Amino acid sequence: MHGNFQLDGQLYLRDESIDPTGEFFPDEKFLGQGYANFVYADGSFSAGLRYENYQNVMLGFPEGYRGEGITYRFLQFKQDGLDITVGNFYEQFGTGMVFRSYEERGLGYDNAMDGVRIKVNPASGLELKAVLGRQRFYFEKSPGLLRGIDAEYNLSSELFPKLDSAGLRWTVGTSFMSKYQRSNDPFLVLPENVAAGGIRTRIAKGPWSLQGEFAYKANDPSSDNRYIYKDGNGFLANVTYSKNGLGIIAGIKRIDNMSFRSDRNGSTIDMLVNYLSPTAQVHTYALPALYQYATQINGEEGIQLEANYKLKRKTILGGKYGTLVSLNYSVIQSINKDFIDPSLDTLRTLQGYYSEPLVRGEIPYFHDFNVTVNKKINKRLKINAMYLNLFYNRSVLEDGLGDESIQQNPDGQKLMSGDIIIIESLYKLKRKHYLRTEFQHLNTQDDRGSMVMALAEYSIAPHWFFSVQDIYNYGNPNADQKLHYPLASVVYTAGTSRFQLSYGRQQRGIFCVGGVCRVVPPSNGVSFSLTTSF
Amino acid sequence: MKHLLTALALFATSHLIGQELPSTTLKTLDGQSVNIKDAISTEGPTVISFWATWCKPCIKELTAFMDYAIDLEEEVGAKVLAVSIDDSRNSARVAPMAQGQGWEYTILLDENQDLKRNLGIVNVPFTLVLNSEGEVVWKHSGYSPGDEEELAEIVTEVAAGHSPSH
Repeated sequence: MHGNFQLDGQLYLRDESIDPTGEFFPDEKFLGQGYANFVYADGSFSAGLRYENYQNVMLGFPEGYRGEGITYRFLQFKQDGLDITVGNFYEQFGTGMVFRSYEERGLGYDNAMDGVRIKVNPASGLELKAVLGRQRFYFEKSPGLLRGIDAEYNLSSELFPKLDSAGLRWTVGTSFMSKYQRSNDPFLVLPENVAAGGIRTRIAKGPWSLQGEFAYKANDPSSDNRYIYKDGNGFLANVTYSKNGLGIIAGIKRIDNMSFRSDRNGSTIDMLVNYLSPTAQVHTYALPALYQYATQINGEEGIQLEANYKLKRKTILGGKYGTLVSLNYSVIQSINKDFIDPSLDTLRTLQGYYSEPLVRGEIPYFHDFNVTVNKKINKRLKINAMYLNLFYNRSVLEDGLGDESIQQNPDGQKLMSGDIIIIESLYKLKRKHYLRTEFQHLNTQDDRGSMVMALAEYSIAPHWFFSVQDIYNYGNPNADQKLHYPLASVVYTAGTSRFQLSYGRQQRGIFCVGGVCRVVPPSNGVSFSLTTSF
Repeated sequence: MKHLLTALALFATSHLIGQELPSTTLKTLDGQSVNIKDAISTEGPTVISFWATWCKPCIKELTAFMDYAIDLEEEVGAKVLAVSIDDSRNSARVAPMAQGQGWEYTILLDENQDLKRNLGIVNVPFTLVLNSEGEVVWKHSGYSPGDEEELAEIVTEVAAGHSPSH
């Protein structure tokens, strides 16, 4: 028997500087939510359930979470090479471009399937999966049904001894997913069955590895694509090299009209069938995290390069302990779109636009170039320094403006570019006593303007952790918004249990996990969080 | 009241100690399937550290623990499994990250987060220590600087056949 429990709550305090009209201040003053998971396993049998309560849902989480109940329960058994799950489950095919059901509790994202999943290995190296079900939609289910199959074959198994002896690892896979949703639209003849499929491969030899996936989706008019009858497709590929202290990854991605939901009228993070991962680095430092990239499911293309290199110990640059240098560059823009004039005949306008895959899109969405140097100075001190250059298209990523309206009025775009410098240090005072500090500076003329941040954390392993920080938005173009955002926290950890108490002010922001984002309103107050695993 | 507390403490401890891992399939970096039960050591203690490429405390923990892991492997035959919960797109970044950081751990992928769910883990980083019988004898969630010293002590105690004292 394993499981976990989490309870979060916040007492909100009215703060007129960050929220003059009180539009974000909750009537309840105190909001709290929690959940508990239980998984029981005995031999080939396992079962589990999750209870969730939102009384009421905390600010920034989707409003659909109101109430309480058992939102997840399953039975699973493995017998005669079969692995069968009934009830709720999470599953993904390949990288998820065709299908991925998963949860991200911190984000309030949960598109768990409710139905049946069968996994079987009919031959050595061959894995088959079949799923049937409906997706979670807060305390309800999606209107659409999902039916999917996936096959993955590892060619390097016994059947191909030559590959094995050549040191080659080669996997191929294919997946298919079909959605059924009734249609009774008075004006449009909407496809009730929508199919999507993908092929993928992965080849590895020695330090090299190559991965690629292509996905295709039949026409699926939806509120995301403004009900156009255009097919969708997606492609991504990565090459990686990793050996002896050096790791490099280079990737490209292009997606065109790949929004896929089990409700064609769905929006935000609701009922997504597939997962289109971002090709941008995920930042955990506070200032870069204010401008995180969110995947544009209607179309985007980009490249990413990332390298980690550990300079050897006892060399000039490496010093006594070695130095870690990391470099990341990602750039993402719109895909080429030639919008069809609506005055042309309807059959053509139903296509929405034409797109040339090899022509570069003209609207820049995002770029991030950063270098990090990580160095242990001596027995007591470690330093981490980062420089980051950022570009962020606020019209696209914050306001959700479509390519067509931007192409019509390119000068109306709200853009943000800036430079960030971060210096972090970790100092060992004595055994199990550490002081960690961060200094961050964002220099920009755009959006909220420049900010500076300082943080200090004192930890006494294994139980105590104290932290104070302040962000000062000194460059805000609006004089009465040049505010301080102080925050203080205490954390107590005992084994797998953790209790956190915080007090302070939080600025508005976008909170993202894996390219999926939600907007978090500004708030002020006392919050607590209790988590435990058993 | 005192008896109740003792009973509760015993109950809590009984849940911590002696459980085996649920049989769950993971992937190796070159795409092979492996059951976690077959990946753990039967010769000495095993440390299982759950991490992700986007999780800064995880990377700090694994980097800081590297100094201890080399000695623990030599001295008490400890094995460290670094289980990444990155999704299958991000899992391409796992090998370059691990190599670039200079880690020498055995890396496994839990792409669908099955093992994470089966073990009731809320968030990464999350660390377990198993004895040579394959029983979970210690668990810890989160990472603060200095936790690696604690972890090294626990592994040494477990290798000597003691129950962890914390």
